[in-house]
Amino acid sequence: MDIAVTKKKLGLKERYALMTRGLGWEPTYQSVDDVFPMDSFEGIKIHDWDAWEDPFRLTMDAYWKYQAEKERKLYAILDAFAQGNGHLTLSDARYINTVKLFINGLAPLEYMSHRGFAHIGRQFRGVGPRVACMMQSLDEMRHAQTQVHAISNYNRYYDGMANFRHHHTYLPYLQVPRSFFEDAASGGPFEFITAIGFAFEYVLTNLVFVPFISGAAYNGDMGAMTFGFSAQSDEARHMTLGLEVIKFMLEQDPDNLPIVQKWLNKWTWRGVRVLTLVAMMQDYMLPKRVMSWAEAWEIYFEENCGALFRDLARYGIVMPPCVEQVRKERDHLSHMAWCQFYQARGTNNFHVWLPSKEDMDWLSAKYPETFDQYYRPRFEYWAKMEEEGTPFEAATPPQQCQVCQIPTIFPVAGDPLTRAEHSCTHDGERFHFCSQWCQEIFEDEPEKYVQAKLGAHELYKGNLFGDADPTAEDFDPMAAAMAFLKLTPEDSGLHSDSRDAANFDLWRGLAKANEA
Amino acid sequence: MTIIANAPYDFTSNDRQEDFRGAMLVYVGWARHMMFASPYCWPLPPDMPFGALVEGPMAQAFAQHPDWEQADWSTATWTRNGEPFTPDLSKSLADNGLSHKDSLMFTTPGLDGIGGMGF
Ligand SMILES: [Fe+2]
Ligand SMILES: [Fe+2]
Repeated sequence: MDIAVTKKKLGLKERYALMTRGLGWEPTYQSVDDVFPMDSFEGIKIHDWDAWEDPFRLTMDAYWKYQAEKERKLYAILDAFAQGNGHLTLSDARYINTVKLFINGLAPLEYMSHRGFAHIGRQFRGVGPRVACMMQSLDEMRHAQTQVHAISNYNRYYDGMANFRHHHTYLPYLQVPRSFFEDAASGGPFEFITAIGFAFEYVLTNLVFVPFISGAAYNGDMGAMTFGFSAQSDEARHMTLGLEVIKFMLEQDPDNLPIVQKWLNKWTWRGVRVLTLVAMMQDYMLPKRVMSWAEAWEIYFEENCGALFRDLARYGIVMPPCVEQVRKERDHLSHMAWCQFYQARGTNNFHVWLPSKEDMDWLSAKYPETFDQYYRPRFEYWAKMEEEGTPFEAATPPQQCQVCQIPTIFPVAGDPLTRAEHSCTHDGERFHFCSQWCQEIFEDEPEKYVQAKLGAHELYKGNLFGDADPTAEDFDPMAAAMAFLKLTPEDSGLHSDSRDAANFDLWRGLAKANEA
Repeated sequence: MTIIANAPYDFTSNDRQEDFRGAMLVYVGWARHMMFASPYCWPLPPDMPFGALVEGPMAQAFAQHPDWEQADWSTATWTRNGEPFTPDLSKSLADNGLSHKDSLMFTTPGLDGIGGMGF
């Protein structure tokens, strides 16, 4: 090419404008409403898209350069971890179960997030938010990929990870995170970005990331720690975007306030319910613990988010009313969850165990109001049953909440020995909920939640039998369901009986000892 | 309220009774026995006697608890979807007025879980 280059290099500001907003155009042979058919039906009124202030200044070429640099560092560490048999330097084989929870429960949400942001990056008519959403979409794709790569180092040696995608789609407990994200992705673009960009990324992200990533660091998992840090600078950008969108909606029209408040109420609750899994991981699954769920809630919600909601009060936003119940459940949540997972261990793809005496002492120190009174006796009784060779295990599938899909394990707030019961009828059919808050979410959009696929119901309808013939004489429904779910006996059950525990001990022994 | 959507939105429920090949779903939980983390769920024939539910599926789920064999069904009290309910154990589920996806909770007076601690 011999085109004479006479133009001087563009200034940073000019270049940024051309490479972001300058990429948009006014359609001439189609109406703007036809080109962007999805950004008005939710009732959010935007009068001036140009009033959107880009929360971060990043152009595509700068983005590539920056991410490529992080990628090089990440993969260097992952390679070193794999070559040095990093998995044998872990604190304890039980830790691997948190990695399983992560790959099965959370990594697929990164991919869903990638898809969701790609979708709304097409649907907003303002070019500023479109560009920001496109970049977040790319980040989320990268998060999913790096997590899968990092955790593949464990999948070579341990059970419960090989079918993470299939399990995310079908295993009952994984429908909790899955349905959370599908609920968001099937809303309009403004609800999606409020749900994921604000409620999840801004309000709750520290409650997810700090426990997993610090947990990884404390327990000798260099791989997971590194992808956490590699994602962290992206998270800062995502949080800024989430907050900017909330402020933009609230500043554009006072009619947006009740809609935004309704979404915040809904998605704070939906998010906290998903965090049940994280609370349990923090208090029960990390061999070396970082902080308790109760402590994390105090720091990252009460302190940080309290300040955030005080800041949003000038727009008329108030703290979601469900937070009152979250506070009452704070000292019960992880214990109830572990009791559920312990007894439903035949349908999990990770292993469970009863807390040791030392574990229980830690729990009673962290939960002086609840642990010794309500939960220690359960674990001690179950330990006795294990010793006697008749371990307690649930033989029947649980009732589940129609909205969050968690089994209805929750007691009445403030009355820990009475199970909460919430139900209503819609179109002549009865539906059950874990709480008043999930019921309110249902009643606002019943047409959506009646379509939920609940694990026990799917099993009983015969939807989990794959190609097996239920009319055959020797038909074994449980065997057919396990085959369809791709759940092997090695994936589930007690840690002490597991192949993972035996292999970890064997390999670590070999790594440390000389053969005779 | 009704859903706000950008196109006609008409989907049937995922769990209508006709989808369960003649069975109805019933949930049962045991009050003051928190060892069982939630009520459980079964597909049952509507003409099944209520007593057969107690002796069959419920016994299978709850008999791991030492209180089960001491339960006195003549004094047990029940709720259905949170409302008082008095089943006749000799009559069928349908004749007891049970509907698809009803949730039952039973209380066994005098039995208060391991060590009287409600679990
Ligand atoms: Fe992410
Ligand atoms: Fe729920």
